[in-house]
Amino acid sequence: MDLAFAVEIISWVFILGGSFFVLVGALGFIRMPDVYTRMHAASVIETLGAGMLITGMLIQAPNMIVAFKLIIVAALFFFFGPVASHAIAQAALTAGVTPILDEDRRDRVIDDPSEDETRGIAATEQGLDAADGDVGNVGGTEVKPT
Amino acid sequence: MFVVAMFALLAALTITVWRAIAGPTVFDRVLAGNSVGTLAILFLAVLGFLNDRPEWLDIGLTYGLLNLVTTFAVLKFFRHGDLAYDVDEAEANRQRGQS
Repeated sequence: MDLAFAVEIISWVFILGGSFFVLVGALGFIRMPDVYTRMHAASVIETLGAGMLITGMLIQAPNMIVAFKLIIVAALFFFFGPVASHAIAQAALTAGVTPILDEDRRDRVIDDPSEDETRGIAATEQGLDAADGDVGNVGGTEVKPT
Repeated sequence: MFVVAMFALLAALTITVWRAIAGPTVFDRVLAGNSVGTLAILFLAVLGFLNDRPEWLDIGLTYGLLNLVTTFAVLKFFRHGDLAYDVDEAEANRQRGQS
């Protein structure tokens, strides 16, 4: 097999994969229920979609200056995509947009040893042993009560 | 193959523009606008390769920088209602009003 043909095939695989992930991210914009999960779909476009498309184009780049510009574009996505996502998430949280949760964990008391009853109830709901020392912290993210 | 990538990017652009119009909160719209910018950069790059003119990547680079600035400007405007908001100055004004 010719070497140029093999390089061409690898480039096509990257470009087709990038197109697939761009479509998956765009479908996430339709399917996801709230802004935080949509942010996850948007990051699929920015990392996998853009990354694979740029890698595929980088293989087919005609000269060095084009390859350099493609690397600069990839670095732009690499650094500024997470910054923008973080800013949007922080702004949404500050503005009071509550994420849709499968299980409401705001009532769980984590660090207050005086509320033994709440911890016991939370532990029995999870099917854990209530007598086992530090049960309030098992298997969940720590959410401070507001 | 670049034609396939172009059609995928066009479909994704259609969906994100729809989300930017229909999004329930302003943050959905900002997020969709950010994704539209990302997809526009990729679309420019792919179109440049398709037409054998990869110099269009320069325009894509400019779009990328503008995209970040736009996102932060819109977020700051909807947070403070003012693009030139300064935390120290606002605090000083508040204390001057109290005393």
